[in-house]
Amino acid sequence: MSTLLQIRNLRKSYGALKVTDDVTLDIEEGELHAIIGPNGAGKTTLISQLSGQNPSDAGALIYQGEDIMRLSMAERVHRGLARSFQITSLLPGFTVLENVAMAVQARSGSSFRFFAQAAKEDELNRDAMVCLRRVKLADRADRLAGSLSHGEQRQLEIAVALATEPKLLLLDEPLAGTGHEESAALVELMRGMKRRHTVVLIEHDMEAVFALADRLSVLVYGRVIATGTPEEIRNNPEVRAAYLGEEAA
Amino acid sequence: MIALAPRTRLLAAALLFVLFALLPFLATALDDHFIVITATRVMVFAIAALSLDLILGYGALVSFGHAAYLGIGAYTVAVLSSNGVSDLGLQMLGAVLASAAFAAVTGAISLRTKGVYFIMITLAFGQMAFFFFVSLSSYGGDDGFTLQARSTLAGMALLEDDRVFFYVTLAALVLLFLFANALIGSRFGRVLTGTRENPLRMQAVGFTPFRYQLTAYVISGCMAGIAGVLLANQTEFVSPAFMTWHRSGELIVMVILGGIGTLVGGILGAAAFLMLEEWLAIFSEHWKLGMGALLILVVLFTRGGLTGLLRRFLGGRA
Amino acid sequence: MTNLLLLQALNGLQFGILLFLVAAGLTLVFGIMDFINLAHGVLYMVGAYLLATFVGVTGSFWLGLVIALPVALAFGLVLEFLIFRRLYDRSHLDQVLATFGLIMIVNEGVKIIWGAAPLSVPMPELLSGSVPLVGPLQYPVYRIAIIAAGLLTALGLYLMIGHTRIGMLLRAGASNGAMVSALGVNIRRLFMIVFGFGAMLAGFAGAMVAPILSVDPGMGESVLILTFVVIVIGGIGSIRGAFIAAILVGLVDTLGRTFGPILLRMVLEPSAASQTGRTLAPMLIYILMAAILFFRPAGLFGRKS
Repeated sequence: MSTLLQIRNLRKSYGALKVTDDVTLDIEEGELHAIIGPNGAGKTTLISQLSGQNPSDAGALIYQGEDIMRLSMAERVHRGLARSFQITSLLPGFTVLENVAMAVQARSGSSFRFFAQAAKEDELNRDAMVCLRRVKLADRADRLAGSLSHGEQRQLEIAVALATEPKLLLLDEPLAGTGHEESAALVELMRGMKRRHTVVLIEHDMEAVFALADRLSVLVYGRVIATGTPEEIRNNPEVRAAYLGEEAA
Repeated sequence: MIALAPRTRLLAAALLFVLFALLPFLATALDDHFIVITATRVMVFAIAALSLDLILGYGALVSFGHAAYLGIGAYTVAVLSSNGVSDLGLQMLGAVLASAAFAAVTGAISLRTKGVYFIMITLAFGQMAFFFFVSLSSYGGDDGFTLQARSTLAGMALLEDDRVFFYVTLAALVLLFLFANALIGSRFGRVLTGTRENPLRMQAVGFTPFRYQLTAYVISGCMAGIAGVLLANQTEFVSPAFMTWHRSGELIVMVILGGIGTLVGGILGAAAFLMLEEWLAIFSEHWKLGMGALLILVVLFTRGGLTGLLRRFLGGRA
Repeated sequence: MTNLLLLQALNGLQFGILLFLVAAGLTLVFGIMDFINLAHGVLYMVGAYLLATFVGVTGSFWLGLVIALPVALAFGLVLEFLIFRRLYDRSHLDQVLATFGLIMIVNEGVKIIWGAAPLSVPMPELLSGSVPLVGPLQYPVYRIAIIAAGLLTALGLYLMIGHTRIGMLLRAGASNGAMVSALGVNIRRLFMIVFGFGAMLAGFAGAMVAPILSVDPGMGESVLILTFVVIVIGGIGSIRGAFIAAILVGLVDTLGRTFGPILLRMVLEPSAASQTGRTLAPMLIYILMAAILFFRPAGLFGRKS
């Protein structure tokens, strides 16, 4: 196993508030690395910094040996670093298929094509359908994304991220707001993604996290207080005190 | 936003174009030559409104300086024809180049901003163009500049015949409509509309919205520049009055009146606005009073403009 | 040359102060209500017409001013009540359209009531004449009075925004509108106060210039667009930004028109210099705006979006 992403001394402050405080972390190729922590620990901010949506104040991000700190979000996506959003962020007026086909389009050829009708490009639609099948949304392909149920929209979020063909997938609370059945389906989906993609997962559902993760990092007030296998984290006294305390007791 | 199915859009447009094509015959039948002149004017503004709808309706870019391109196109005719270039095709090419240059520079700056900033900046750039032409004393400055003759086609003064000019304008409208129609269904158009709905999502799948928005802005400016070339020919006169910010506002009104993001809406809206202007002017010289009141009422009480009203009237989903 | 520079700098300052009076209200309306009001220039124009009318009726500039201001305020409040408050939660596009329609109505209404011909307002006795500056240089008292009145207003605004409860709400509202309503403040009333206040300032500016400019139906629009430039340069919602930008725009515009051709004559032949100067001068402030926005897309004091 080699290191896919090296996070070194990453920082971000809003005024006096240190949201990301000297985070150093290695994401190994092929692992599913979960980041857990109480609300307000800075998990989503960290994902935003990794994906390039938010600029970092200081530190380094070495992805496949390349410093990507100054790259835009779009440039990072083209290098195989994709994210999903905690709050569903789709194109509600587009069909499910079009939402995914858009991501396929972004990585296959120029989009400065002004005449040929994109809807008739079989290649885009075929690749998009493959992703939809993976998340079991193929039968919803022609529905408007905005008309899907919440759980289905969460699945679509993941399908769109998958369609960019990411090496490293950043999933921001994919289970947020889903019911029991929907969440079971999503956990199954993520289990299927293991090994094929490197995944950084933020999630509050501890059952899911401990079932899925190869390694975990615990983020408290912007600092990583521990990193290790699920077993190590479960038995780490500091983590138990800071975070898992009452659940583990 | 009311989405028209592509087929409905094409059908509505085809119907409109056939109606336009028949107007000169109606003019002969009624012995009212004024119909041809008015209809030409309507089509010129329809092109301008169509071009605005491309960025306003499909890109959510509220450009409040679009009349600048009408002016740039018109002055291209004045400058070229007084320097011996009277061919319509060459003048259109010149207008496209000039518009593209202005749109590329002002668009690159304006698109760094969003929301009300964008509206105000495009307005300010429109004014800048306006003042530039006001100060061009060799072309009449504030008073404008009368053209010697209309442009030529293949070296011949064919456009002097109002009917020929009418059909040339109609041809330009149809071609530009088809162009815009293809554009919005293309890969490029998809990225543009996707950015309108959710720019963050588009970045997250790997697009840089700015490039696409700027390209759309330039394309739209070029189309309006062509409308400017036709406008100069229609009036045989160019003046900074073509590009006041009121004109920019009126173009927005046309797009909204007709139904934003529908392409045909711009054409309908241009017709409705200009007709309304003439009709209100019959009653009073203070027709703007009525137009203003109507605008406020439309904003406060209808959604989706004329197309939306029509759809609701026909029992469609609003 | 130095004298000319001083004179034009004062003119630029006076112009800038005037722009600030109009811009102050508008930038608050933009910043706090996220409301784009094209009709703000109309309030400036109506202020001038009201002054012209009441000076005519009463025969006294001061009495006219005292009556015109509350009437301008009332006019603004009526507009707020009838139209604007229905637009606050609409899209920018709807706001643009409706206020554009309002401009058409008021401009035409002004033509119907007062006619299309420009009106003039006599200079008040107390403020006519000139005062010596340095050497042989004279400057009109009235223009100095405008500068003084504008600076006083700016100071008043500064104190109000920095040191009163309503000022605190305004500052909070300009940076985070949702927070203010979360504090349980009656946001509708706050909007109305801001709007009325902005209307009165614009009306005041219109009234102030009535004696030195002609009062005509187009006067609101040239000012409106310059005001937009000011607000964009200063940063939406920032009174301080509006003040600095207004002075900047006033100075650049006034000095550019006078000294542009003179400076150009150093590099161009005289006829070319004067043509280029005349072309460039009115474009200067827009170029200034473009340059500032290129480096700071949210203006000098604007929040980053």
